[in-house]
Amino acid sequence: MGAPMAETDPPRRYRPLRRQGLWVAAVVALALVPPLGGSYLGNIVVEVLIFAILAMSLDLILGYTGLISFGHATYFGIGAYAAILCGGVLGLGGWLGLLVGIVGAGAAAAAIGAICTRVGGIPFLMLTMAFGQLVYSVSLKWRGLTGGSDGIGGLARPSLFGWSLNDPLAFYYTVLALFLLSYFALRRLIDSPLGHVFVGIRENESRMRAIGYPTRRYKQVAFIIAGAFGGLSGGLYALFNGFISPESLHWTASGDVLMMVILGGVGTLVGPVIGTAVFLIMKNLVSSYNDHWMMIVGVIFVCCVMFFRQGLYGWLLGRLGGGR
Amino acid sequence: MELLFTQILNGIVYGVLMFLLAAGLSLIFGLMNVVSLVHGSFFMLGAFLGLTLQQATGSFWIALALAPLPAALVGIVMEILLIRRLYARGHLDQVLLTFGFTFVFFDLVKWVWGANVRSLPPPPLLDGMVTLIGGPFPVYRLFLIGVGLALALLMWLLLERTRIGAMVRAGVDDSAMALGLGINIPLLFTAIFALGAALAALAGVAAGPVIGLYLGMDIEIMIPAFIVIVVGGTGTLKGAFVGSLLIGIVDTIGKAYFPDAALFLIYLLMVIVLLTRPQGLFGVARLS
Repeated sequence: MGAPMAETDPPRRYRPLRRQGLWVAAVVALALVPPLGGSYLGNIVVEVLIFAILAMSLDLILGYTGLISFGHATYFGIGAYAAILCGGVLGLGGWLGLLVGIVGAGAAAAAIGAICTRVGGIPFLMLTMAFGQLVYSVSLKWRGLTGGSDGIGGLARPSLFGWSLNDPLAFYYTVLALFLLSYFALRRLIDSPLGHVFVGIRENESRMRAIGYPTRRYKQVAFIIAGAFGGLSGGLYALFNGFISPESLHWTASGDVLMMVILGGVGTLVGPVIGTAVFLIMKNLVSSYNDHWMMIVGVIFVCCVMFFRQGLYGWLLGRLGGGR
Repeated sequence: MELLFTQILNGIVYGVLMFLLAAGLSLIFGLMNVVSLVHGSFFMLGAFLGLTLQQATGSFWIALALAPLPAALVGIVMEILLIRRLYARGHLDQVLLTFGFTFVFFDLVKWVWGANVRSLPPPPLLDGMVTLIGGPFPVYRLFLIGVGLALALLMWLLLERTRIGAMVRAGVDDSAMALGLGINIPLLFTAIFALGAALAALAGVAAGPVIGLYLGMDIEIMIPAFIVIVVGGTGTLKGAFVGSLLIGIVDTIGKAYFPDAALFLIYLLMVIVLLTRPQGLFGVARLS
């Protein structure tokens, strides 16, 4: 930065401007990936963007509402299965499949959330994990519907305004648009009065209840919204991959999502996106020549919790001297 | 009718195995406010350690006696080096830490023992059948029921009838107050965590001859143990005991008579309990 700026701290109103500049740069960089980076990099970024939606949705309940969910891959999986079953097997097409995935995951989150929010804190996380394993078992055992451990495929990518999404470029920009939409929707939600209630519950639930907020209802609402965005992520993954298997619903998959959020920084929304990118790229690099990926994940998990609790984004903010 | 009797016995076998895990979990949660996700890993680790010890010494009994020791040691080291530093932080950190370890132990077991299903033979002394009302029943399973009930009684005596038990109960009720009264809470935490780990490993070895040894047995016992804790109520031994037997019997009978719905039965039971008694059957309602 220029020397005159450094003498006095820049006035507060300048900061959002700088942030906006950073934002434009990030979006432009993402938009330039396919023409400059080629299809290999493009595919990696698409995967990152899809999982980033999932990680952001987990951050909404984990970071902003204080609900420790250990079964978030469940809604991803339900979204993907619903998209493939309705869009592919029933033949409703990709867009309707995606919609059914979102609604289905939201509905599942409503049902599971209604039970889990009856308890708080640690029992809540035990129950989300238990229900996650229940859905996993169903996906594994209901062979007639889900194809069992073989998984299920057969969802063709639809077209958008006559532009077939089979074209990697079209698919890339669709996913990018949906990712940005999800980010701004979640950001808007968090900055809204409803989002402030969520944060209030995270900070002090008894006090929120004492002021008169029916906190259980609000927690359910947060859980449903997060589930629906998880479903969007799963549906997009079904379109991207054309295939889903129970592995994506396993508790270790839920652990992966948690890891993405924590690695990036809980309760920042941007952090989980960075965490997802780092996690998936690391996974791609490491698991190709090393069998002990799970051990590495575990050790990074432990190290993050012990020594790097603010996450990559928090660390970056600290280094840049920014702050919120 | 005879079949039902046999199935109930099988359910009790499953129940006492879960109890060994759930009792430790429930106490750790009640006392330390930590849910240890790594206890399933101690269960799996114990089973595989038992297998190695059994192969090395040729004796199931030595395996059963020694396998809990390394697990307890790992528990002590983990508690002192890592978990203890996180008490001042929230639940999330402690849970995540133990969650990270489930990944580590899973990979460790895969690394050392491979991904194949292994079997641990029961001791020759107990490797037979005995005829009960419901027909033949493995002696080893009867032995498990006996051991489980004996351990439950022992733990109850320890908790309710000894000084140490009184300290633990004081810690469960109000650890800050107990600390103020001069009870060495950090030491108690370490001891309970290690005891929980040892019990889980013991359960792993004991379960070996019944369910076999395989990767993934950690989470397969953890999930029902969680449900046991939610159903029975946290921080109570009685809740863990009754919950374990209830879940064990309901699950086993469900698998025998309603195989299609068996998966959902224990969840259904849990939902009913939660709707009528959110704090669990024996839990004490607290203001959060």
